[in-house]
Amino acid sequence: MQKFANPTVFLKLANAVLPIVWVVTIVLFAFGLYGALVTSPADYQQGETVRIMYLHVPAAWIGMFAYGFMAVASAMALIFRHPLADMAAKSAAPLGAVFCFLALATGSIWGKPMWGTWWVWDARLTSMFILMLLYLGYIAIWQAIEEPHLAAAIARIVALVGSIILPIIKFSVDWWNTLHQPASVIRMDGSTIDKSMLWVLLIMALAYTTLFIALLLTSMRSEIAARKLRTLRLSEIRES
Amino acid sequence: MRQQLAALLKRDVMLARKGGGGLGAALSFMLAVVVLVPLAIGPDLNLLQRLAAGLMWLALLLAVLLTADRIFQQDFEDGSLDLMTMTALPFELVTLTKALTHWLTVSLPLALIAPPLGLMLNLDVAQLPILWAAMITGSLALSLLAALGGAITAGLRRGGLLIALLILPLYIPVLIFGVSATTMLMGPSSAWPSLMILAAITLLCLVVTPVASAAALKAYLR
Repeated sequence: MQKFANPTVFLKLANAVLPIVWVVTIVLFAFGLYGALVTSPADYQQGETVRIMYLHVPAAWIGMFAYGFMAVASAMALIFRHPLADMAAKSAAPLGAVFCFLALATGSIWGKPMWGTWWVWDARLTSMFILMLLYLGYIAIWQAIEEPHLAAAIARIVALVGSIILPIIKFSVDWWNTLHQPASVIRMDGSTIDKSMLWVLLIMALAYTTLFIALLLTSMRSEIAARKLRTLRLSEIRES
Repeated sequence: MRQQLAALLKRDVMLARKGGGGLGAALSFMLAVVVLVPLAIGPDLNLLQRLAAGLMWLALLLAVLLTADRIFQQDFEDGSLDLMTMTALPFELVTLTKALTHWLTVSLPLALIAPPLGLMLNLDVAQLPILWAAMITGSLALSLLAALGGAITAGLRRGGLLIALLILPLYIPVLIFGVSATTMLMGPSSAWPSLMILAAITLLCLVVTPVASAAALKAYLR
């Protein structure tokens, strides 16, 4: 891990890997979307709307995964002083927020024909919404503090405290939901998912994961460039 | 060490009492909420009774949040915090003391006043003791989290809105268990589990937030 602490080494690696990741992403999406929209069967109960699932479920997974990634990267930055870990966490946050939003939006579009309403205060929806708020708070810290090292130090704390309290929030939201409206708890488990749908879903999940990696690397690359620009500008000012 | 902490506590309580703590503003805010709620949703007493406990919790959360930026701001700006990092005290204990001061001077008084104010929203009198117990327990967690928010935004000029965005999601567990203690779906004894969990959340905040606040302030002071 420490080998890639040098931004130049990281850039070399990222430049080599990125085209491959993009190609894999496009191929996976081509297969996955073909499977999702054409070959996979319509659900006997939900009809064609079940196809939203292939966009919705992986988005939710990546939305949650990105927070875990962010927390681990922040911990690495705190413990090992790994200079790229902060950048990785910073780059992961907007991606996570967007995937969360995607999950909420597709869920809302799916919910309208299925449940007859755009939004219910189901435990899962609520905690996804809160997760998005946590992302926004984390992003706001980077926005509000100009000095990158200070912003990194504060953002680490925000991410780590969030990761400690997140399970408690999740647990209390579940509790709250069962206490208030047990009738409207809508769950996917119970009906085990059919194999013809499962493999498409897994391909889509892989596609989303590689997309996340590709976007993360691209974002980190531009972050490194932005930092270089900043130091260049600062040294220019000092010279003049 | 104990003497130093006591001196710090005394100093901060005194400063807060001389008008720096924001209790007056927070209290007025709470009163305004109590007046505005019936105007917003109508004077129907049955509806108000159902909402009263939740609304008072909401008012408490927001009122505490309103004062969060004062916990460290002034000491940060005039350099007192810098001095406090140089004492023999672990800085985590300093931030804990600051949070405790905030609890003693703002959150606790608000938590004591909120349930009787709820009577104006037709709060069921039977709920009153439980709401008191829940609010007194939960308000400590609110203060600790508010101090964390204050520490995270200490060096920012306008941190108020950012504190709300960062800390309100963290208030959710306190809010949920605070309200669920008072709903008493299965009789008064069902309040106990909620109160216990509320106490557990408060204890967790007691452990986590002073460390995180100290780390954030040290980053600003470096």
